[in-house]
Amino acid sequence: MSEASIALNRFGMGARANEPAPAAPRRMLIDQMERFAVLPAVLAAYPRTPTLAADMAAAYDAVQMEARAARREGQKADAATQELRQAARQQGRDYYIQAVGVRAQAAVASDTPFIERLVHFWANHFAVSADKQVMVGLTGGFEFDAIRPHVLGKFRDMLRAVERHPAMLLYLDQAQSVGPNSPVGQRFTQRQQGQESPRRIGLNENLAREIMELHTLGVRSVYTQADVTEFARAMTGWTVAGLGRGQGARLAQADGAAGGFAFAPRIHEAGPRTIIGKRYDQQGEAQASAVLDDLAVHPATAKHIATKLARHFAGDEPPAALVSKLETAFLKSGGDLPAVYRALIAAPEAWVPQSVKFKTPWEWSISTMRALGTQEITAQAVLGLLNQLGQPVWRPGSPAGYDDIAASWAGPDAVMRRVEAAERFASRTRETIDGRTRAAQLFPDALSATTAQAIARAESPAQSVALMLVSPEFLRR
Amino acid sequence: MLSRRNFVLAGTSGALSLGFAPRLAFAQAATDKRFVFIIQRGAPDGLATVAPDGDPAFAAQRGELAQDFAEAVKLDAMFALHPSLKNVAQLYAAKEALFVHAVASPYRDRSHFDAQNVLESGGTSAYQLKDGWLNRLLAVLPDDERKAIAVAATIPMAMRGKVEVSSYAPSNLPDASDDLLARVTGLYAEDPQLHAIWQQATATRALTSDLAGDNGRNAAATGTLAAKLLAPDNGARIAMIETGGWDTHAQQRGRLAGQLNGLDQMIASLRTGLGPLWSKTLVLVATEFGRTVRINGTQGTDHGTASVVWLLGGAVQGGRVAADWPGLGDAALYEGRDLKPTAGLDSVIGGAAAIHFGIDPQRAMPALFPGQSAKPIGGLIRA
Repeated sequence: MSEASIALNRFGMGARANEPAPAAPRRMLIDQMERFAVLPAVLAAYPRTPTLAADMAAAYDAVQMEARAARREGQKADAATQELRQAARQQGRDYYIQAVGVRAQAAVASDTPFIERLVHFWANHFAVSADKQVMVGLTGGFEFDAIRPHVLGKFRDMLRAVERHPAMLLYLDQAQSVGPNSPVGQRFTQRQQGQESPRRIGLNENLAREIMELHTLGVRSVYTQADVTEFARAMTGWTVAGLGRGQGARLAQADGAAGGFAFAPRIHEAGPRTIIGKRYDQQGEAQASAVLDDLAVHPATAKHIATKLARHFAGDEPPAALVSKLETAFLKSGGDLPAVYRALIAAPEAWVPQSVKFKTPWEWSISTMRALGTQEITAQAVLGLLNQLGQPVWRPGSPAGYDDIAASWAGPDAVMRRVEAAERFASRTRETIDGRTRAAQLFPDALSATTAQAIARAESPAQSVALMLVSPEFLRR
Repeated sequence: MLSRRNFVLAGTSGALSLGFAPRLAFAQAATDKRFVFIIQRGAPDGLATVAPDGDPAFAAQRGELAQDFAEAVKLDAMFALHPSLKNVAQLYAAKEALFVHAVASPYRDRSHFDAQNVLESGGTSAYQLKDGWLNRLLAVLPDDERKAIAVAATIPMAMRGKVEVSSYAPSNLPDASDDLLARVTGLYAEDPQLHAIWQQATATRALTSDLAGDNGRNAAATGTLAAKLLAPDNGARIAMIETGGWDTHAQQRGRLAGQLNGLDQMIASLRTGLGPLWSKTLVLVATEFGRTVRINGTQGTDHGTASVVWLLGGAVQGGRVAADWPGLGDAALYEGRDLKPTAGLDSVIGGAAAIHFGIDPQRAMPALFPGQSAKPIGGLIRA
């Protein structure tokens, strides 16, 4: 692959129709850092997180009020609130679908596709999954408002924004974690004493664990189960105003804008904490913040992030030399992400001529629409396409996010589906695109003779486009 | 339930010399056995699936989670089955369901992703092995039985490795035209990775073309689909089905009841779809680790250690729960919080899968679980 093709395809999201090959590929990537728009028009028109969260909190409140009214009249709350609950679900789902659509539109139109790719990388690194009903409607706001503003900033600032975002606090159950010895915890335990089957209230270590395992240090690194539990204690009180579920959230009485981040002292487990050998004496919210800031610049974090970035750009088994360069750039700059990206662009390991990655369904879909110059991109179509290709948007089903290795995507059925989808895409071009010229433009000096020949021998322009979209060059980057 | 002494015997030398007749070849002639591995990703609560409600500490430790078992089907003096598992209860009554409890893989930390890698690769630690134990099981089967399919769009870790495996999941995309498919074959001719993938893809398509209208979205349909892929004479001998959604940190009761209901239906439709072949079928349901014994602060449970393995099908010597029960009292718990493992998952898988396919377990174990000293458990499969 030529360096121009590498810059367009491996670093970018694929060339756009009629986009000229870059004369200075590295320079072009660095320039994108200066030109990146945090909120291009299509995303700026989508509601911001506080609006999304307030709407969801209002819908949730309406359900609660109706349930209370029903119980007062001796009716079953479930039946009385059925319509309202359905409306709340629909609201969350509508926000989700709309966000999927604008995400794809922004990616297809982007003239800073390297940075756009990094946004998607980070959103998957800090994955929330829309299969949890309570935060479905916040998944778009999570990427647009917690990831995008920090993609060219400090890792620490992204971490701060992500762990305070209501989507994350709800997804990983932080919003219902209660310190057993907090004021609420103690009172609750007293009240339950002597009851036949006492209800329990207490810690939920889900978010604390995943911050250490997935977001910062990495699994099997420097922390123990005891560190997870201590961190979970420090995190108690971090919650979402008005949207939490469970006893803990009801009793927290968190102040603040409905649906926004709130610190609730009533459920915070006070006291000094020792985490990875360091003592934290801070009070309240500041304690977990201090832990987060330390995790953000920890050497294990640098290594973890460096490894994932290297895997994303230089292959499923990332070269140790590249990991080491990115790690050094991260540590030296205190987690300054542009410094890390510059080290990546400068590293020869990221520019090896053979393809190093098998595209994920998302990457394949976006590069397809960029290549064809697709103008009408409806949210429903993107949603359906990615569901069929096996990578539902923002629904990895686990906080680890989607895998970034070929073994997870290069399956027989997965490739068959791309062929089916390619034929459908191609049929919609109504014979207006010639695969021969378009392929040469998308992969400057990088098309194999086999692919060029297969495209040239197609029985129709549409078939030449379909073959281009499933060619080895197009499936990989 | 086996007594402690019996169980240990069955699990070690006694079983090796008595239970497994030496006439078994390493990979003997063709059989018509079928094997389905259902993985439960996310760690379901084994103590709320097959509940030890006869344990004196059960009610106190489990809190509101114990309430599901007030009226539940008793499996024996110690264990009761979750009420959602209606079809599985019938299998148990027909001696076609066996549970092995307090089981864990060699992995002892609490990361889902590492633990799933150990469960699927059959290694002693995460990412130590690059291929999966199901693929290595295929490698020791006779040539014409090395047919396996993942009911998923991609191949799960347990099935990755040297032996080529298909994957299939129903698609709502329109079928591509035959002409395009033929041209894609030419396009991939010189690309080793895509060539191999494409061969599998086209072969699978031929086998399942009448399934295009099927909708695999719910669990029962998935079971029916898997049965269709397994039932033909030339169909797959081994299938793997992935299930998720088991990570019940909060509000566990309702969620687990729904999950178990889905799995129960999947198993019922698998049985119906396999028809007479059910008598020659082994279904193994397993997960990466268990959950905490005590309920947490959010009516759920957190990551734990030992759990329960299900063995279902006509091939199973069922109607019992096998366990060297460690107890639920505080002092008996692993690290003061989890069910203590008293049997190895590898020993269960090895003992069941090897005998099912007529492979000498002493030779199967090092192939499936290399570098381990795990001994296969005997007596799981009908003679």
